Amino acid sequence: MKETNTEELKKIASQVRRDILRMVHAVNSGHPGGSLGCTDFITALYFRIMNHQPIPFSMEGKGEDLFFLSNGHISPLWYSVLARSGYFEVKELSSFRKLNSRLQGHPATHEGLPGIRVASGSLGQGMSVAAGVALAKKLDQDSGIVFSLHGDGELDEGQIWEAALFAAHHKIDNLISTVDVNGQQIDGPTEKVLSLGNLRAKWEAFGWKVLEMNGNVMEEILDTVTKARALCGKGQPILILMKTEMGKGVDFMEGTHKWHGVAPNDEQLKTALAQLPETLGDY
Amino acid sequence: MKKYTVLGKNDTRSGFGAGLLELGRANSQIVGLCADLTGSLKMDAFEKEFPERFFQCGISEANMIGVAAGLSITGKVPFAGTFANFATGRVYDQIRQSVCYSAKNVKIAASHAGLTLGEDGATHQILEDIGLMRMLPHMTVVVPCDYNQTKQATLALGKHIGPAYLRFGRPKVETFIPEDLPFELGKAQVLSEGKDVTLVACGHLVWKSLLAAEELEARGISVEVINLHTIKPLDTQTILNSIAKTNCMVSAEEHNIFGGMGDLLAGVISRNNPVPMEMVAVNDSFGESGTPEELMVKYGLDTPDIIRAVEKVLNRKAQKK
Repeated sequence: MKETNTEELKKIASQVRRDILRMVHAVNSGHPGGSLGCTDFITALYFRIMNHQPIPFSMEGKGEDLFFLSNGHISPLWYSVLARSGYFEVKELSSFRKLNSRLQGHPATHEGLPGIRVASGSLGQGMSVAAGVALAKKLDQDSGIVFSLHGDGELDEGQIWEAALFAAHHKIDNLISTVDVNGQQIDGPTEKVLSLGNLRAKWEAFGWKVLEMNGNVMEEILDTVTKARALCGKGQPILILMKTEMGKGVDFMEGTHKWHGVAPNDEQLKTALAQLPETLGDY
Repeated sequence: MKKYTVLGKNDTRSGFGAGLLELGRANSQIVGLCADLTGSLKMDAFEKEFPERFFQCGISEANMIGVAAGLSITGKVPFAGTFANFATGRVYDQIRQSVCYSAKNVKIAASHAGLTLGEDGATHQILEDIGLMRMLPHMTVVVPCDYNQTKQATLALGKHIGPAYLRFGRPKVETFIPEDLPFELGKAQVLSEGKDVTLVACGHLVWKSLLAAEELEARGISVEVINLHTIKPLDTQTILNSIAKTNCMVSAEEHNIFGGMGDLLAGVISRNNPVPMEMVAVNDSFGESGTPEELMVKYGLDTPDIIRAVEKVLNRKAQKK
């Protein structure tokens, strides 16, 4: 696959943001806030960073880098990026959250959507799954890297910390987990709902190598993930604390938890789309 | 009736351990996971022989289920073992989302199920696990009755594709299933043919059912004993064939009366061929500390309880005529 340059990545991200907004608007449900915040990162993963094969989709993913979305509610983002990178037809995005769709509200394998390897939505489970896949890759001497994404609110779940212990203990050093630190969860700011404290110190204390980046600056994402890849194979799992702004790219959605699980109305959609150039053609 | 001789006394968990070791030798894709109970689950022989394929998870059952799901994605066949309580109720949502809804080839190996865990008491004696697991779409639920059958079931699950729950126990009990008796997942075993009453049992209650049948036969009552080692998918045909002949049923299981094997059978017969039915099961309560034998007597799961249930169901059948 020809390498996508940084300017192209930014253009793709603009289209992905349009897709997200149009998808949630069409069914008046879904989670635009976190999806918009993580758009730059997921775009970079699928269009530049990961070595992956959309067609034919292989569940086992031998030899590929694999991505697992643990905070499954940002599914519109993942669906858009999967479609735009060739896993299924872009027009299928219009079936999001509708009856008989493969694009369920939260990602699922049940309907056979290419690109999805495990269901997520009930939070806290994806790091364990990603750790299991990474372990298997090590066992099979498969050089692929396993990526996972988690919300910062998701760190409230105890299972995350079980997985954190496990991955460090078993020296799962082909796993790069990223936490979307947008500081927001459904009931408000994370520090108000359940303080996460010093996340770098926490993850380092659990035995992980920790990197930090601004997840809304494409150059910084590419630079940091390149560093993370270079740190693989050194006996430690890697965690990226990714600062993002919820609702990034749409001025009235930025920096508030208000748009966590609320779709824009007709007028809001129009205002939002005006801020995001259509670069690849709407679905 | 067909007689079964006691071939020895052994724990069903050792049958699992022996089966897992054999599977490990035959298939390099088999991997083991355990949550700090490796010795109790009899997974130590597998761990010793295949250290690179065994993953100690510590007391983190939720993570263990997720890791198992992940391993299965790449084609591994994970057997994740812990006590039945921690293998089901504690991790229900993980099994539901990461394993069953995702149709992952994960085998959950659950030891120390039911009252016969004994002295540790009710915190560890789960009596709800069959119900919890059989409610999950895609899940196969297997409850073998002795050492030999637990080994057979483990071997069969190594070849089966899809989520599965294998339930076994702690105490040494009678081994009576001949090693060469064919075992097929989803196919109930008619251990002894009879014409007056159908007695369906699983797990530790199968041997007790055979003892009850023997005693009843001496009184001239002909009992058909069915070993329902696979609770799900249910072998409906074998059940319906039997009650078509006997016109009544008794179920016997080491489980709460709600949600277990008996409940499942009651649904099947009420939808197909309503006949009188009695259930031998724990009457909606928790267990307590005691020896396995004492507990089975106190909670009504012993041979005399099965005999009483048969007498009762035969009376009901007679009244119906």
